[in-house]
Amino acid sequence: MTATVIDSDLDTFPKLLARNAVKFANAPAYREKEFGIWQSWTWSQAKDEIEALALGMLALGLNAGDHVAIIGRNRPYLYWAMTAAQCCGAIPVPLYEDSSPEEMAYVLKHAGVRFVIAGDQEQVDKVLDAQDELPTIDEIIYLDKRGMRKYDHKHLNAYEDVQAEGRAGHYRLEPILKERSAALNADSTCVMLYTSGTTGRPKGVVMSNRNIIWASTSSSEFDALTQTDSVMAYLPMAWVGDFIFSIGQCYWTGFCVSCPESAETMSTDLREIGATYFFAPPRFFEGVLTSVMIRMKDASALKQWMFKYFMDHAKKVGRPLLDGKSVGLLDRLKYMLGDILMYGPLKNTIGMSRVRVGYTAGEAIGPEIFEFYRSLGINLKQLYGQTEASVYIAQQPDGEVRIDTVGVPSPGVEVRIDESGEIFYRSEGAFVEYYNNPESTADTKDPEGWVATGDAGFFEEGTGQLRIIDRAKDVGKMADGSMFAPKFVENKLKFFPDILETVVFGLGRETCTAFINIDLTAVGNWAERNNIAYASYQELAGHPEVYKSIKSHIEEVNKSVAEDAMLSGCQIYRFLILHKELDPDDGEITRTRKVRRRIIEDKYADLIEGLYNGATEVATETEVTYEDGRKGSIKATVKIEDVKTVARKAQAA
Amino acid sequence: MNATAESYVTEDGRTIGAPVMEVKNITLKFGGVTAISNISFDIREGEIRAIIGPNGAGKSSMLNVINGFYHPQEGEIWFHGEKRKPMKPYQIAQQGIARTFQNIALFKGMSTLDNIMTGRFTHMKTNMLKQAIWKGPAEREESLNRDIVEHVIDFLEIQAIRKTPVGRLPYGLQKRVELGRALAAQPKLLLLDEPMAGMNVEEKEDMSRFILDVNDEFGTTIALIEHDMGVVMDISDRVVVLDYGKKIGDGTPDEVRNNQDVIDAYLGVAHD
Repeated sequence: MTATVIDSDLDTFPKLLARNAVKFANAPAYREKEFGIWQSWTWSQAKDEIEALALGMLALGLNAGDHVAIIGRNRPYLYWAMTAAQCCGAIPVPLYEDSSPEEMAYVLKHAGVRFVIAGDQEQVDKVLDAQDELPTIDEIIYLDKRGMRKYDHKHLNAYEDVQAEGRAGHYRLEPILKERSAALNADSTCVMLYTSGTTGRPKGVVMSNRNIIWASTSSSEFDALTQTDSVMAYLPMAWVGDFIFSIGQCYWTGFCVSCPESAETMSTDLREIGATYFFAPPRFFEGVLTSVMIRMKDASALKQWMFKYFMDHAKKVGRPLLDGKSVGLLDRLKYMLGDILMYGPLKNTIGMSRVRVGYTAGEAIGPEIFEFYRSLGINLKQLYGQTEASVYIAQQPDGEVRIDTVGVPSPGVEVRIDESGEIFYRSEGAFVEYYNNPESTADTKDPEGWVATGDAGFFEEGTGQLRIIDRAKDVGKMADGSMFAPKFVENKLKFFPDILETVVFGLGRETCTAFINIDLTAVGNWAERNNIAYASYQELAGHPEVYKSIKSHIEEVNKSVAEDAMLSGCQIYRFLILHKELDPDDGEITRTRKVRRRIIEDKYADLIEGLYNGATEVATETEVTYEDGRKGSIKATVKIEDVKTVARKAQAA
Repeated sequence: MNATAESYVTEDGRTIGAPVMEVKNITLKFGGVTAISNISFDIREGEIRAIIGPNGAGKSSMLNVINGFYHPQEGEIWFHGEKRKPMKPYQIAQQGIARTFQNIALFKGMSTLDNIMTGRFTHMKTNMLKQAIWKGPAEREESLNRDIVEHVIDFLEIQAIRKTPVGRLPYGLQKRVELGRALAAQPKLLLLDEPMAGMNVEEKEDMSRFILDVNDEFGTTIALIEHDMGVVMDISDRVVVLDYGKKIGDGTPDEVRNNQDVIDAYLGVAHD
């Protein structure tokens, strides 16, 4: 594979910043809602802020090649910190702000971080807690001054003080900064991102400027992103997607990135900003749909009738319209009427009126959820990617959007499937290496540049669309040799609004069984409507009526699983509703909310045994970790119920 | 702690100044019932002062006396070195004393923002005519006050409920809004009547954090009534203990904890 030549004038972020500060000088680069008002910074202002911070960090002694950890919620200041670190020749390492102190300490230590830029006191505390084991940390810079007054400020610096220091020393420091920025090229490290770690410890993925700028350029072209687009930055800054959208594509195209006031105000802020380009995990779309459905149940009879009437029509013609297929005139007119009366106002309420391109990825999305958005005329598409690929491996072009595939290989990405069904790819976006971990690097990326994804899938004949079955590690065989793909069933179950999370077991066993996590919002609302009193999550989860309704959902899923010849063995025979929500703080799911099967299997071994030994209830005690790292335990007696299954169809030849 | 000195610095680096308020020999009677009898204590600048006691001890009455809602039959209140004349509660609010209530007293149909804006009322100077004309002074005043209110909203992390009618909020958040309204008045002395009553552990932790932060960030002097002993002992600098309208203890949390009269009042004593 020959390396595409990236314009050497635009092969690093400091260079892109310099270009944007001239080309889009007075266009907004970043917005943030603070004190109830949208504050905005133009590209030239952003450049000024970034340089001041960079100069300040030089004054504090930041060296080229140092790792700078950035921890906090999405704020323009922290995005500037990333570029400021790059300008100094250092490498930004964004971390998940909700990591526990131990997780954070591990990453800080592994990366040998010297400078930390923290959003607030909470993050500073986590770093200070671990500092005894972290001799490498020299300086901490914090953004929000609240609660910081009493700290020992020997190595603690307020963000604005660092900037002031930088501005003051600008004659002395500017030549050094210029020299550091000039030394960078397409192959210098752009950022180091830690994987969420579905299996084992997180790994530091080293990405070069070439990786990120290539991915940003080709994806911007793919969806025709321009300077006038608008995005909302609300996904974790440590996640590769956010880095590509809020830094990569933002710098490449010059569009404006808006940061919400707080995590809770995200949906109102999204509505105010009217993003045109939007990215969210399936869970987000599920959540919005659930809340729409809950609110519709409270609406007047007329509105309920209108909702049902027009949604039925949208399901019929919405998708063909979006895909540009021919639709009868009468149906078109009815859809237009629906748009005025219902679709338009609904899209406005959920903040998606202006969404031109929307993506979902990370997990499979329920067909009905996907259908709902597309039939409303929201161009929601799926993409398949991972950190190591700078996101893009496959994505759906406009007009070829389907629910069961993830699209065709992204431009410039080669994809092949090996004999065992595992997906491999090769592209300019493929990562450089895992930091300080040559074994893992060698395991994942071969000398020719092919990277193993760890996912199993196949290309559909005829269309060339890629279908993902499951994580290669999770796909296996049941005792009778039929195929076991837990995620296939889990995704079907998770479509029901009252099921938040589920884990299906059955590898090497006669039958499949499942753990269910209920969605407290949906089930709580249902309980209220049906006069069911409950005092806690645990009590609600164990309620016989809840069991009854979950059971009926599973039976429905069994029916639909039975129709798939290859996977009909995955029907669920028994299930239980977990007494606690699976939580990243307990290590049961990752920070990006992917299930960690092995940990769950160990932790709940007694419950799994109950599922298979015919018990009707199991008494158990579970350790829980609170947000601040303290531990406690929950005792519960969990009921187990049987479910009706459908006779398997004869295996297709 | 050195109680005799005019001012001192606490272990966590806060400066506690001279007394801002002195309550001297207060007696309050309702007909034949003596709610408070001959109580004296002081509140120092910058401290968190707790008033505790069993039910019916006279805690809320004491707060109402400080607040000017009740007028005691005997005794004096000195505020900022001056003896206070009998005043109406709104005049006391103008002096820089704000409070929250045991049973939430918000305007249920109004939004969080509007409720907190009412806390700025004593600071608004424009008259009804200017308000009606709006352009000019009234508009400037409104945006100035809105700025202060927005900082309070940011401080209490309630941006997400800015526009929500208060009546729809859960109890813990309503309590926080009420604290917000008191803070919007930018008080010198903040009176909190059972800020944590009816809250769960997490809400209590949040509220404790906010009380400490208010005291630390703005240097606001705080007097609070609270039943949760753990909270009181954790966050307050000094505690005064009332029982049946009498003062039975006064001092640091440790002193109070080891005071035999206090232990008896809380755990009960054997009567012959």
